[in-house]
Amino acid sequence: MKFQMDDVTVYFPYDHIYPEQYAYMLELKRALDAKGHCLLEMPTGTGKTIALLSLITSYTLSKPQNPVKLIYCTRTVHEMEKTLAELKLLHQYQVQHLGKQAEILAIGLSSRKNLCVNPNVLAAENRDSVDAACRKLTASWVRAVAAENPNVPTCEFFEQFERAGEGTFLPPGVYTLQDLRAFGKARGWCPYFLARRMVEAANVVVYSYQYLLDPKVAGIISKELQKESVVVFDEAHNIDNVCIEALSVSVRRQTLEGARRNLSKMQQEIERFKATDAGRLRQEYNRLVEGLAQGGNLPITDAWLQNPALPDDILKEAVPGNIRKADHFLHVLRRLVQYLEGRLETENVEKEFPVGFVNAININAGIDQKTLKFCYDRLHSLMMTLEITDTDEFLHIQTICDFATLVGTYARGFSIIIEPFDERMPHIPDPVLQLSCHDASLAIKPVFDRFQSVVITSGTLSPIDLYPRLLNFNPVVSRSFTMSLTRECICPMVLTRGSDQLPVSTKFDMRSDLGVVRNYGRLLLEMVSVVPDGVVCFFVSYSYMDGIVNSWNESGILKEIMQHKLVFIETQDVVETTLALDNYRKACDCGRGAVFFSVARGKVAEGIDFDRHYGRLVIMYGVPFQYTLSKILLARLEYLRETFQIKEGDFLTFDALRQAAQCVGRVIRSKADYGMMIFADKRYSRHDKRSKLPGWILSHLRDAHLNLSTDMALHIAREFLRKMAQPYDRAGGSSGRKTLLSQEDLERMGQGITYEMLF
Amino acid sequence: MSSRQVVKRAKYKTSIKDPGTPGVLTMMENKFVFRPNDPTSATKFDVGFEQIKAQKNTKEGSNKPPWLNISNNMDGSYIFEFESYPDLHACREIIANALEAAKVSSATTISSATKVSSAAKASSANEQFSTAELELRMKLMQEDSELQKLHKQFVGGGVLTESEFWATRKKLLDGDSRRKSKQRVGFKSSMILDTKPMTDGRMNKVTFNLTEEIKYQIFALKPAVHQAFIDLVPSKMTEKDFWNKYFRAEYLHSTKNVVAAAAEAAEDEELAIFLKEDEILAREARQKIQRVDPTLDMEADQGDDYTHLPDHGIFRDGSKDITELQNEQYRRTLSQDLNRQGAVVLQGRNLDVDPEDPRTLAEALIGSRQESGDNAVQERLDRITRMTEIEDLRESHDHPVAPLCIKDPRDYFDTQQANALKTLDNSRTGTEQNKRKLTSEEAYGSLKESISKIKSIGLSNSTVKPEVALTVFNGLTQNISSTKYQLGKNPRESILDGLPNTTKEELLHHWMSIQELLRHFWSSYPITTTSLYTKVGRLKDAMSQIYRQLEEIKEAVQSDFRHQVSLLVRPMHQALDAAFQHYEADLQKRAAKSGELPNGNI
Repeated sequence: MKFQMDDVTVYFPYDHIYPEQYAYMLELKRALDAKGHCLLEMPTGTGKTIALLSLITSYTLSKPQNPVKLIYCTRTVHEMEKTLAELKLLHQYQVQHLGKQAEILAIGLSSRKNLCVNPNVLAAENRDSVDAACRKLTASWVRAVAAENPNVPTCEFFEQFERAGEGTFLPPGVYTLQDLRAFGKARGWCPYFLARRMVEAANVVVYSYQYLLDPKVAGIISKELQKESVVVFDEAHNIDNVCIEALSVSVRRQTLEGARRNLSKMQQEIERFKATDAGRLRQEYNRLVEGLAQGGNLPITDAWLQNPALPDDILKEAVPGNIRKADHFLHVLRRLVQYLEGRLETENVEKEFPVGFVNAININAGIDQKTLKFCYDRLHSLMMTLEITDTDEFLHIQTICDFATLVGTYARGFSIIIEPFDERMPHIPDPVLQLSCHDASLAIKPVFDRFQSVVITSGTLSPIDLYPRLLNFNPVVSRSFTMSLTRECICPMVLTRGSDQLPVSTKFDMRSDLGVVRNYGRLLLEMVSVVPDGVVCFFVSYSYMDGIVNSWNESGILKEIMQHKLVFIETQDVVETTLALDNYRKACDCGRGAVFFSVARGKVAEGIDFDRHYGRLVIMYGVPFQYTLSKILLARLEYLRETFQIKEGDFLTFDALRQAAQCVGRVIRSKADYGMMIFADKRYSRHDKRSKLPGWILSHLRDAHLNLSTDMALHIAREFLRKMAQPYDRAGGSSGRKTLLSQEDLERMGQGITYEMLF
Repeated sequence: MSSRQVVKRAKYKTSIKDPGTPGVLTMMENKFVFRPNDPTSATKFDVGFEQIKAQKNTKEGSNKPPWLNISNNMDGSYIFEFESYPDLHACREIIANALEAAKVSSATTISSATKVSSAAKASSANEQFSTAELELRMKLMQEDSELQKLHKQFVGGGVLTESEFWATRKKLLDGDSRRKSKQRVGFKSSMILDTKPMTDGRMNKVTFNLTEEIKYQIFALKPAVHQAFIDLVPSKMTEKDFWNKYFRAEYLHSTKNVVAAAAEAAEDEELAIFLKEDEILAREARQKIQRVDPTLDMEADQGDDYTHLPDHGIFRDGSKDITELQNEQYRRTLSQDLNRQGAVVLQGRNLDVDPEDPRTLAEALIGSRQESGDNAVQERLDRITRMTEIEDLRESHDHPVAPLCIKDPRDYFDTQQANALKTLDNSRTGTEQNKRKLTSEEAYGSLKESISKIKSIGLSNSTVKPEVALTVFNGLTQNISSTKYQLGKNPRESILDGLPNTTKEELLHHWMSIQELLRHFWSSYPITTTSLYTKVGRLKDAMSQIYRQLEEIKEAVQSDFRHQVSLLVRPMHQALDAAFQHYEADLQKRAAKSGELPNGNI
């Protein structure tokens, strides 16, 4: 359908539209018009992504004189694929209706590991070995050697890509990673570098958060993006954590050992160069005197992970004299490693702030703050000079320099915590030194400053006023949408008691209680016998899940559950989890039905949808609080209290409930879909916990469903499923309020009528 | 099948009394040959199956020796006495197959040769060739008493001929398809939990009861064990030792003592096979991950995300879990087992053999462990595009439909009947409600009418006609009583169960008969031959008879149940009425046509 929204003609690839999608588009358009940032919470299952994509692409189509580029950030690659699939649908529709002028170029960008088509490189196991294998074939100096000596292997895909030079381009269209690979294979061009080059020209770029938020990655990939871009962070409820992760480093014993090895290897290399090509080192020295730590514009293949500090915080001045010589720099690093080793030997937990730590380094190792700050760039330059290609071998020393640069750059918002062992396993010594960032606004600040509009959107951003504080920005639009339902297609329940009327909870003192374990098991057993197709269970942690599944196994409950459905479990091994999920879907497709055990805050909870028959019921066992004894968490809470006046308890509850809401929210995808959500913990019945749930769940949580036992829940489930099986009027015409709008409806509403009438 | 040949010792007898000539009987695909032991004897022959008409044999368990009587087209017969019944059955089967094949070919030739008189001839031909089939029919009827009853009623009663009766049940007779349509039993969902040992409680000894099924499950679940079995048994160790080792390893796993497991594995390399991670599985996983749906490929994520690098980001913030990394290869968790089991169960049992010997079982499994084709990729892509669409914003796609297979018609009838009754009730209340919704004009009209009536007649006893009042009253009471009866009732405890047993049986039987008759009735339209015409006539008579019987049941039943019974009977009557109506209409059309035809032709 196509409709007018003020001066923009919106092309929407469906015959109908939900009123909240329309409202969402209106708000989004306001933000675009105002060239400001916005914060939009819209329930899952209301087609956020397609609404967003179709508005922004239509916005550009209507205003061809100043086109906006869309940078769409997803948390995971599979979400990227989903987004691109939706965009494909939209693009087809727009091209069909508008012809050639609607053609756009949209690409998904990922790492070499996911885009490479060279079989030799792909044989490598993980991301870093793929990166290194690629570098070995494509680095500029390798290619220079190969030009003279044909026996030196190069990557034919990259060579062909280079030979094509400026002639390389992608025809308009929407390219998923798979499409890029297929295109690259067909043309013989390297898809990774092709995609990298096309980032500038593309109208839509879909990639992971890190490519924009992590300064190390953003520095090489997102450098050239123009200001007139709209940046979208989808599923952004965890964005603060991503920002924090991006600026945090941890150093362990293995790291330091590895760093030592790296240093001696580099020493050897330096000696070798001194003997053969002393000129190179001198050249580098001269360059550093001029303050060109980066060495100018590097060839695309040589580019490295950038400085971990944010671009604005990097001093534009010459590298300090004491580390200009390669030998001297290695000495500095050695002293630093030695100092860190000494610090790791501690018996107690230590907590420090960067200023104190830098001082201590200065006193004990004789390295001043400015030198620390330049460590990363200096290392980078040295590795270039030494023509090191097996970068995956040198990760350890990189980590050390990362740490040094960050600790030298930032005096606030960070703390250094040294723990001799994990609190939960005190018998295993595993010392770790962590530089932990507490301020999420640091990493995201350059994004807000640089781009004209940043859209932060998710199904769970409640309380919505907290995010501007956490991220320190001023949205021009900040809104939370409710969901207009044709029928009561979601059914949240709070289960507080088992069938024996004893309370259930995962509270620390209750979680190992056999009665609770049994009651949780009975709950699932009863539910799988009435709920068709897929059932998903979320637990608070892996260890808790392992424990409870094992005891269900021993008591025979698991076997009984299996008589109704197959059981699949998320493990820490991603490959296995992926296959388990795939099988889970197969089991749901073929009608056998299955249960999926998963972990809140785990990979599955983060981005896998359990829509339609893949999830008719979600059970959230317990409240997924963070491990509150974690030193890092405590430090962060302290920082939040001092800086933003956010109370510890409030933040913890907020965090736990957003995770829980996120877990249960995966169950619904459209208004035709339906699903039940059971919060199985007595603590959910308390108002202070419950009220932190997003509005669209709360509005469907009836008072009668707040304090249920297993049999009552079972009864409600039966009734609900029976009701959902009935045919219904999709447009919701009978209830008076329309929940599905056709083109005529929108036209009838006309320009003058505000959307508020819909709500 | 085609190259099958059976060689048996047998005696050839010219008659039953004849002591017989001992010799060797060879059954081949298209003929059978008898060679006497005494080469001088003249009684050798070589007969093609095309000459064979039928066969008879003595029943196992009767006092008679195993005789097979093969009769040929020329009214002659060959009688063989076998040494044992299995021999006899082997030969009999071959002949039966041959006869079957002959029947099919002859049937086709007949139908192509003459179409006009096919009905009569084909049926006789059928009856001629169907000795084997006859047995099958007998067997079927023995298995299914309802079928037998129907057969007795209709074929015995002359409503249907034998062949007509069976023609609608070709599927049942078709032995092969019968076997195919039989559901293949998959794995149980809880198979890994099936091998629990038994203890006698006194000693530290456990006993495992291994059935072939369990062994098969273990092989399917653990390709490494399977591989080891093929490699080791019986060349290196006996089967018993093998399983002992296996369960020793399982025990070590169950103790969760990783260190002990590692130690034992270091000493015993065969034990290590069971304790280590399954190489074959790992390889399979790597292959499968390439083909996994990209919208749930979390592995790709790991390749993308820089925070997964070691030492980047926060290492120990409490949200991540911790594991010990040593001896990782000897650690196997319940979760892994469960996931693996789910995968195997979904793959299903892809071999049909039901072998006794685990060795053959193991070998058969190898063949079945082949990967499927590549069109799965395209299918996945299609699925993604389907999945991305928001379903209620767009018109729905056609979903692939699997044909409904009703296993137990009686059960289905019970539930359907109850549902039908409910909807019937509902629809009735619906119509009544509709009737109540009068427009104001109508109401006004009726009011005016009654006023004018009163004016003309004067106020008599009632304003409403007594008949109308009665029907309304009846309708209401019936409605109330029946809804009261059905409210809160499980559909399975249907009205049928409330009826007296005889009535219930009778009703069900009639329902079956009606179904049978109707099936024949409707399948004979359009009427093209006289035989069909007569058949329809017979069917119609039979149906009207049942119609009357149903009426009688309705009258005979106690008043409590009458309403329910009439509700049950109503759909049957309706179906019959429809048939009658069609019959009449067709008859009239024919009459009109036959009237026209001569005129038009002349």
